[in-house]
Amino acid sequence: MIRAVWLIVRKDVTVEVRSRELAYTTVFFAISCVLVFAFSLVQEGRAAPGVGPGVLWMAIMFAGNLALGRTFERERQSETLRALMLVPAPRPAVYLGKLAGIVVLLTLTEIVLVPLVALLFQAELLSHPFWLAAVVLAGTFGFASVGTLFAAMLVRARSRDVLLPVLLYPITVPVLIAGVRATVAIAQPDFDADIVRFWFALLVAFDVVFLTLALWTFEPVMTD
Amino acid sequence: MTSVDFEEVSAEDVSRHFGRRRAVSRMTFRATRGMILGLLGPNGAGKSTLLAMLATLLRPSSGTIRYGTFGLSGGAALRARIGVLGHDLFLYPELTARENLAFFAGLYGIADGDGRARAALERAGLETRGDDPVASFSRGMRQRVALERALIHDPRLALLDEPFTGLDDASSGALLRRLRTLRESGAIVILATHDLDLAEGLLDHALFLREGRIVESVVTPGGLRSTYRSVIGR
Repeated sequence: MIRAVWLIVRKDVTVEVRSRELAYTTVFFAISCVLVFAFSLVQEGRAAPGVGPGVLWMAIMFAGNLALGRTFERERQSETLRALMLVPAPRPAVYLGKLAGIVVLLTLTEIVLVPLVALLFQAELLSHPFWLAAVVLAGTFGFASVGTLFAAMLVRARSRDVLLPVLLYPITVPVLIAGVRATVAIAQPDFDADIVRFWFALLVAFDVVFLTLALWTFEPVMTD
Repeated sequence: MTSVDFEEVSAEDVSRHFGRRRAVSRMTFRATRGMILGLLGPNGAGKSTLLAMLATLLRPSSGTIRYGTFGLSGGAALRARIGVLGHDLFLYPELTARENLAFFAGLYGIADGDGRARAALERAGLETRGDDPVASFSRGMRQRVALERALIHDPRLALLDEPFTGLDDASSGALLRRLRTLRESGAIVILATHDLDLAEGLLDHALFLREGRIVESVVTPGGLRSTYRSVIGR
């Protein structure tokens, strides 16, 4: 199973390095989101407190939705997802491989986004880098774990581009709330570790629940 | 993973519905080792749906498919013995032919994936193009790589959907030889094709399908085109 996950991740990375399609579209879209919000919400070099973390998570979720749709569109074009369903590896390995690829891509996007948001919104996001990395990674993982399952389920649906955000955003609202609240707490001048720990624990709980559900349901939902 | 092997594949009263549309209706047949079974019929006859069910990608709405003593619940061990060439080629255009073949060899648990990919490229006659991206290949070259991808793990059951598509005369001849070699090695080959001229003399058993039903079953068929005209029309 681990070998199959590794092969799928390596394949996805190789394809992306050759085409750079997902990285470019995801990163530029996320940057565009942040810039639009910055033009609107930053007045005389300052934004209202808490705006920066909100914009960061909005950009992550919008860009994540785009990346999820495109990564499965790529598997649909030559029906390679069917080929992956045919191999003797456990089918959850396909899910984990695709999930890892999405998480890597979104993490790279966030490496660009975090300093940009901190700069444009004058947010003290990098004052506690360990906590910020843990919160952003946990939130990204939770969002991607649900999104990967839905994107795979919808790959043959005609209206998949519409259905994916309609299904994905309501279910990942807890990730958005916990991610924003934890990031706001991290950016506060009077940092309170207990508040961050609480929201981080919520994100981890969400990750565990939805990863378990996704691994459990992936095989039945992918068998027609 | 438990090893699975089987001497025959059988379908008993197999049907598949999509909503109210009946794609496959009460099909019964059997294919044994060393046999090439042809599925012949017009578009929409149910050939691809039947192949998808045999490949474990679709569940029958009713009826039973068995692989020797194993049912569809054979899972990963059963999938390890099945090779599928789809109408879509199941290849990543950004990867080279060698990378595609080695990737799938790895997923099928083959230890020497690179060696197996090299041998597959030789069989496809593409040794010199192995490091080119599949996106740069002609349809016929892609078809040859896709066939080798489907057979890279020496499957007991090879399911081929329109394997002659896009092949020139020389490549079609090579494919016919490859299919006969598979038969001699004891594989069960089930292929769906429109190309009656190429299928002539190749098939051990032909099923003529129309509107999801088997309308004629011929063992050691000859004169495929005349039989096709009489049972299918045109």
